[in-house]
Amino acid sequence: MRDVAVIGVGCTKFGEHWDRSFRDLFVEAGALALEDAKLSGEKIDAMYVGNMSAGRFIEQEHIGALIADYSGMATRHIPATRVEAACASGGLAFRQAVIAVASGMEDIVVAAGVEKMTDVEPGASTDALTGAADREWEGFVGATFPGLYAMIATDYMHKYHMTREQLAQVAVKNHFNGARNPIAQFPNEITLETVMKSTMVAEPLRLFDCSPITDGAAAVIVAPLERAREFTDTPIKVLATAQASDSIALHDRRDISTMDASVAAGQRAFKMAKLTHKDINMVEVHDCFSIAEICAIEDLGFCKKGTAGKFTADGETALGGKIPVNTSGGLKACGHPVGATGIKQVYEIVQQLRGDAGRRQVENAKIGMTHNVGGTGATVAVHILGRV
Amino acid sequence: MTVARFWRKIPQRYNLVGTKCTTCGRHFFPPRTFCPDCRRNGKIVDHKFAGFGTVVTYTVIQTEPDNFSSPGPYVLAIIKLDEGPQMTTQIICDPKETKIGMRVKSIFRKIATDGESGIIHYGTKFVPVE
Repeated sequence: MRDVAVIGVGCTKFGEHWDRSFRDLFVEAGALALEDAKLSGEKIDAMYVGNMSAGRFIEQEHIGALIADYSGMATRHIPATRVEAACASGGLAFRQAVIAVASGMEDIVVAAGVEKMTDVEPGASTDALTGAADREWEGFVGATFPGLYAMIATDYMHKYHMTREQLAQVAVKNHFNGARNPIAQFPNEITLETVMKSTMVAEPLRLFDCSPITDGAAAVIVAPLERAREFTDTPIKVLATAQASDSIALHDRRDISTMDASVAAGQRAFKMAKLTHKDINMVEVHDCFSIAEICAIEDLGFCKKGTAGKFTADGETALGGKIPVNTSGGLKACGHPVGATGIKQVYEIVQQLRGDAGRRQVENAKIGMTHNVGGTGATVAVHILGRV
Repeated sequence: MTVARFWRKIPQRYNLVGTKCTTCGRHFFPPRTFCPDCRRNGKIVDHKFAGFGTVVTYTVIQTEPDNFSSPGPYVLAIIKLDEGPQMTTQIICDPKETKIGMRVKSIFRKIATDGESGIIHYGTKFVPVE
């Protein structure tokens, strides 16, 4: 296997882009990544695109070809492949690109993610997202996504006695970080009271525990590490790529408030990189709901099971804490265009490792991690990236 | 949901019919046609569940999805059936009285309506055991 490096990154602003289409978004992200790598399109050998549900959101399938076409790659007939694993689609697209380069099959590969979620009514987007869970035996009996994560929160709070205020601190911290990120959908700080007084969605989760509906796209370019300096002075090495699966339905899990797929993917990634959680300077985790961040930092080993509420309330996951979590603002404040999220996480870690993260910069950042979840934990992708 | 998609699982949805692997004795609800433990050595037969279980975790859904029949907030739960498997279901009860560990039994109820002129989806919900 060859070593692989990220040589260019690009991301649109996340938000409600009423004036921009699915095509506009991915073309912008791709162009930004190419520009960043000082590459021309003729050098690209292949593309992998993470997208959850263009079929439901814009009634368009065959996304690989569409993206190759509108980004000017179809005239050269390069292979373009859509990758789908619900909210983990982006993480899997990145992994496929890394594998393609590591194997020696391809040299310069684009990994992108895109989702245009606001071209349907809110009820329709919520229903499309329910397809990430078990439609027949969760969705059809009345489960919604906030409802499923709320059941994780109920189980967790019952077992470990985390307080509602501790849980709310996840959102407060992520909004603080989002307010320092120029691409964030919600670049505004909030208080504990904002979360505690927001509308109840599914007890105990309130509106400010939930990530939003977002339009956005992100793209990164990977190449063999040995060639990376042809394109950039600051290549970022991919130290590990890992993926794991679990039951599609939450009710079939060994433990409701542990994502075993996160545990497995995390352990595989640490083993591949020959590192431990102590070596990680910052991590982007999949906080689709506040409780998801609590479970993630435990399942990846950053704190012991049952202690993440206190760990968060004590500021250990904030900028300047033991392990800064979601410096981008996470899915909560930066936004969650589902297929793009896994790529945006890589984009954020690369910014941090290059020292380009501005007011949210982690000092002396050398190694970072991404954690991207599909559904309620049926697919998890974990990556570790490091400065060369 | 199309009529056929609903109709083909009517015994399972109305009567809590799942499956059982006679090789290892494990029960499945929702039904599985392949035992993940015994794999090709497993022998799967239908199994009608007694309909009793215990609440594992729950939530109160305040913003219900389109087409659901509940007039307002409803309790969604994961319950552990006495035979072993866990399932997602609604519980008909006062949300304030729902508790982890509460005993429940199955009941036949309307679940959702497929628009104004579409078919009505019936199925299994649960109620607290007196």
